[in-house]
Amino acid sequence: MDHTALELLELGAVFFGLGLLGRLAHRIGLSPIPLYLVGGLAFGVGGIVPLGDIGDFTSLAGEVGVVLLLLLLGLEYSAAELVTGLRRSWLAGIVDIVLNAAPGVAVALILGWGPVGAMVLGGVTYISSSGIVAKVLSDLGRLGNRETPVVLSVLVFEDLVMALYLPILTALLLGVTLWGGIGAVGISVAVISVVLVVALRYGRYVSAVVDSDDQEVFLLKVLGAALLVAGFAQAMQVSAAVGAFLLGIAISGSTAENATRLLEPLRDLFAAVFFVVFGLSTDPATIPPVLGWALVLVVSTTVTKFATGWWAARRARIGRMGRARAGAALVARGEFSIVIAGLAVGYAAVPDELSSLATGYVLIMAMVGPILARYVEPLVRLFPTRPATPV
Amino acid sequence: MNVDVTPLPGIGVRKEIELRSGRRVGVIAHRDGRIELILSRADDPDACLAEIPLSTEEAGALANLLGAPQLVNQLNDEHRDLPGITTRKLPIRTNSPYDGRPLGDTALRTRTQVSVVAVMRAGQVCPSPTPDFVLVAGDIVIAVGEADKLEQAADVLARG
Repeated sequence: MDHTALELLELGAVFFGLGLLGRLAHRIGLSPIPLYLVGGLAFGVGGIVPLGDIGDFTSLAGEVGVVLLLLLLGLEYSAAELVTGLRRSWLAGIVDIVLNAAPGVAVALILGWGPVGAMVLGGVTYISSSGIVAKVLSDLGRLGNRETPVVLSVLVFEDLVMALYLPILTALLLGVTLWGGIGAVGISVAVISVVLVVALRYGRYVSAVVDSDDQEVFLLKVLGAALLVAGFAQAMQVSAAVGAFLLGIAISGSTAENATRLLEPLRDLFAAVFFVVFGLSTDPATIPPVLGWALVLVVSTTVTKFATGWWAARRARIGRMGRARAGAALVARGEFSIVIAGLAVGYAAVPDELSSLATGYVLIMAMVGPILARYVEPLVRLFPTRPATPV
Repeated sequence: MNVDVTPLPGIGVRKEIELRSGRRVGVIAHRDGRIELILSRADDPDACLAEIPLSTEEAGALANLLGAPQLVNQLNDEHRDLPGITTRKLPIRTNSPYDGRPLGDTALRTRTQVSVVAVMRAGQVCPSPTPDFVLVAGDIVIAVGEADKLEQAADVLARG
């Protein structure tokens, strides 16, 4: 068999396998992300059927997946929503960072992974999966609930934090000095401020550049712009993902809606490849040794995220049941935890066990979150008078 | 009535009113144009009993059902001292011959002596429609006249 035929066969097998996994996820009402990871583990190093020949394509496709994930995240919120979210929920946002990054940071330090490892794992445990959360809220018919805006504003804040965190993390992974790190923080804050101002004032011009009535032209322009900006950001030592995210924020209004509609299927395809690539690079045999720590993180960060949602909802004067629903809704971690871990993979500053731990952790959290959100109400009724968690 | 408008970042906008009973009823307007009707639970005002997706036509029809009786009652009150004159809602059904045709084509005044005072569409009142006002299925024509003439008018709109 010639080389091309083999590559096509392998790629087809991967996509078809992902399709079957996605269908299975849909059947049991789970997010497909953990199953894609499992798929990647099965095909990768030390897996059942190692795939060799499509590495070049899949790794680039995975990068495109990250760019699209972050671009659509930026498209999801308008600049005005981000600014309002920042103003309204900064306190809940800070509580969220402190409570949920702490377990990750602590475990990384205990395992002796150093400050950079702590920074990575803190990010992994901190960020909720806005994709899973939004889907769960809509599936459970909770969009009309009073606690939902609280949950969404926490997610908005987290996404803004991502835009700050990723460039800093990239700088740390490259091993810059403390001053270089502070410089990176300064530059990224400045860039984000500029983008927010541009998006608020001149968003329509940015939109006009990529907008087109012809779907095909529009798709090519948006995708081209996203990859250009991402590549430029990567060249500037800010991460590609952040560039795409900021472009997403700058595109607004109906252009953003059309772009989202057009790019969603592409994002799903390339993001699935990204999860597989991440799974490919992780040897399944390395997961059991770190499973204990993964479970420690699962328990602790489920409690801390629950507490975050509970506290934020209580500040919005929402009843006990609503607080519990808000807490449970936020628990799911998913795509962005993997994006953070994926950024760190391969750098000398981060041990290889980190991606195994992150994989195990996300596998469990992506399943625990939706399940907890679904059954939180009967659980709370078991605690008739006292709050379910001490806050 | 106070309408509470809450932005739902990334999803759309929620607009609701609080009823005297303490329940909330309203709609979620999604960014992509979908509409959902929401109703809060009686035992937990933070939560929703139902979220019902509505198409644009369904939402309009529901708005007519809710809004038209109020308008008719108001008009009836206004000419209570004119004996024999009443107000009625005359729906334009999907099989009506006037679906998509201007109001002038019905020749209601000439044929039945009733006056069309308004047309309700998607919960909005279009007052004093002109003869070139195009009727579509789902509209509710508000007509004033004597009871038996209104009966005839309903017949005209249904059968032509």
